[in-house]
Amino acid sequence: MEEWDSSTKSALTQIPLLSIRAGPRDGAAWTQRLKEEYRALIAYTTMNKSNDNDWFRISAANPDGTRWTGSCWYVHNLRRYDFLLQFDIPVTYPATSPEIELPQLDGKTHKMYRGGKICLTVHFKPLWAKNSPRFGIAHALCLGLAPWLAAEVPILVDSGMVKHKDEEAPSAESCA
Amino acid sequence: MLCAPGCLFCSAKIEEHIVQVMSTVKAGTSRRSKVKDMSAEVVDSNPYSRLMALQRMGIVENYEKIRDFSVSIVVSKGVQSAITDILTKGGRSRLHIWDVDTGLLGNVSHHFFHREQVGMTKTDAAVQTLSDINPDVILESYSLNITTVKGFEVFMESLRRRNSKNDGNGRNTGVDLVLSCVDNYEARMVVNQACNELNQTWIESGVSEDAVSGHIQLLIPGERACFACAPPLVEAELALRGLRHYVFGVVASGVDERTLKREGVCAASLPTTMGVIAGLLVQNALKFLLKFGEVSPYLGYNSLKDYFPTMEMKPNPQCVNSACLERQKEYLLEKPARDALAKAKIEAEASPKNEIPLHTDNEWHISVLDDSDISALLSDELPKGLTRELPCADEHQEAAMLGDTSVLADDTDLEELQRQLDALNAS
Repeated sequence: MEEWDSSTKSALTQIPLLSIRAGPRDGAAWTQRLKEEYRALIAYTTMNKSNDNDWFRISAANPDGTRWTGSCWYVHNLRRYDFLLQFDIPVTYPATSPEIELPQLDGKTHKMYRGGKICLTVHFKPLWAKNSPRFGIAHALCLGLAPWLAAEVPILVDSGMVKHKDEEAPSAESCA
Repeated sequence: MLCAPGCLFCSAKIEEHIVQVMSTVKAGTSRRSKVKDMSAEVVDSNPYSRLMALQRMGIVENYEKIRDFSVSIVVSKGVQSAITDILTKGGRSRLHIWDVDTGLLGNVSHHFFHREQVGMTKTDAAVQTLSDINPDVILESYSLNITTVKGFEVFMESLRRRNSKNDGNGRNTGVDLVLSCVDNYEARMVVNQACNELNQTWIESGVSEDAVSGHIQLLIPGERACFACAPPLVEAELALRGLRHYVFGVVASGVDERTLKREGVCAASLPTTMGVIAGLLVQNALKFLLKFGEVSPYLGYNSLKDYFPTMEMKPNPQCVNSACLERQKEYLLEKPARDALAKAKIEAEASPKNEIPLHTDNEWHISVLDDSDISALLSDELPKGLTRELPCADEHQEAAMLGDTSVLADDTDLEELQRQLDALNAS
C-alpha cells in the first residue's frame, strides 16, 4: 500500500472500513452489512464532492441490495467520458469482490472479461483478498475501478475506440 | 470464409473436405442408436468393448456401474471440451453441464464447438455435439451465472435434485461428483460454497494464466482443505513462477496510474495444457467413481519441467467459510468410528503374515521392535520428548472482529441511509 499515489491513499484512509462478514444469503447480518456499505459509500461520495473529484453514481437496483447500477465518468483532455456501471454482489461476498461491469465497453479493450467485466485480477484482487471483510463497494470503486479508468480511458480515447458523445454522429448506433 | 485465428482448418482444400464430411454427418449415416447394455463383446458396432476389457484385466471391478453415476460439470473454458468429450465417450449416465457464455467464433479453436454453433450457448452446443457422439448419456445443460444469488439457487437445486433411479444411494445430493473447470476465483469459491453446504465431494481443476502449468485437487468437505481454507493457490503458483514480482510490481511501482503496463489479454491459453489437465481430471474422476487406484488430494503439473508435485492439505480450523467449519466438526465427530475401522483393517492385513516365521535362523540376533502401536499413529499427539513451541491455534479467536460488530450493530434505518445516498447522487 505504501506506494499508491498519495491522493488515492488519502482517499482510502478516509473511507470507513467495514466489519461484518456477511453475504447476500445471510439474512439479518446482510442487512447490517448493507448499512455499513451505505455508510462507506456516503462517506466516499461526500469526500469526492468536497474535493471536487466527484466521479461516480451508484445505487442499489433491487431491495436486497444484491445488484447495483449507476454511472461513472473520467475526464481526459478536458472532456468528460461517461459510462454505465453495474455489478452483482456475489453469493460468496465478501470473500470475493464484486465483478465491476462497464457494459458499453464490452469488446473494446483486452483488459476486460466477457460481458464488460473489467480486469481486476492484477491490481485489485490481491488487495481485496488481504482486506476481506473490511473492504466494501466503496473500496472496490476507489481501488478497482478508478485506477482501471485512469489506465484505460486515455488509451481507448486516443485509439478512437471510445468517442466523446459530441463527436458521435446522431445516426450512429450506440455502443451497447 | 471467416475463421478463428489459429484454427487448424483454414486452408481451402481441407475446408472442402470438411464440407464433404459434414454433409455425410448431416445425412445421419454415422449416428448410432442407444445401447441398452454395455457388453464386452468385440464387434465393430460395440463402442464399449475396450472399456469393458478393463474388467477382464482386473483394473475395474464393474465398469458397467458407470451408468449409475451422475456428474455435474461447471465450466467456463476449454478444459470443458476435453472433459465432456472424454466423459461422454466413457459412457456415463447423467451429466449436468453449467456455463454462462454464448459461443464466439474465437471459441471454435479451443472449445467443443462447431462453426455452425456460434451464437448458441456453449452448453447447448456441447449437448448437441455430445449426444451425437454418445446417445447413451443423459445430458442436462444450464446457462446461468452461478455467482449471482439467483444463479446459485438454481445451481444448488440442480445438485440436490435426484434421479428417481438413484434415490437409494445414500448420497446427500443427486450427483456423485462435481467437476469444476471454471477459470476464475469467484466461480471456484461459489462451487466450494455449494459443495461445502451439501457435503458434496468435488474435484477442482485449473490452468495457470500463462497456460504452462495446471493442477487438479480433490476436495472432500470436512476431511480436506476446502478452497477457502488456504489462500488462493493462484497466488502460490504465481510466486512459483516468479510472477509475484510482476503482479505486485505493477501496483507497487505505479506512482502514476497512467503508467500501468497494458500488455494484451489477461490470460493465455494452450489447448495441449488444457488437454493434459482435462485428462488428469477425468482419469481421477473415473478412479474415484469406479474405486480403482488412488486419487491424489492435489496433483500439480508444470509442463515446462514435466514436474508433477502432489500434496495433501488439512482443513483450516479457522476457515472463513462457516459451512466448511460445520463439515469439519462432523468429520471430527466421526473420528472414533473411523479409527476403529482403520485399526481393524491394519490388524486384518497384519495377522496372516505372523503365522509363518520369516526366517528360521537368526545368527546375529536381530530383533525388530514393535512399532505398530496404532493408537499412537492415529492420534494427533506429539511423540514423547517433543513439545510445541507455539500454542495450538486450532481454537479460532475472532474476539476483535466480534467486538466491532456489536458496537456497530446500530439501529439506523436502512432506508434512511438509502435516502442519504440518493440525495448525494441527485446533487
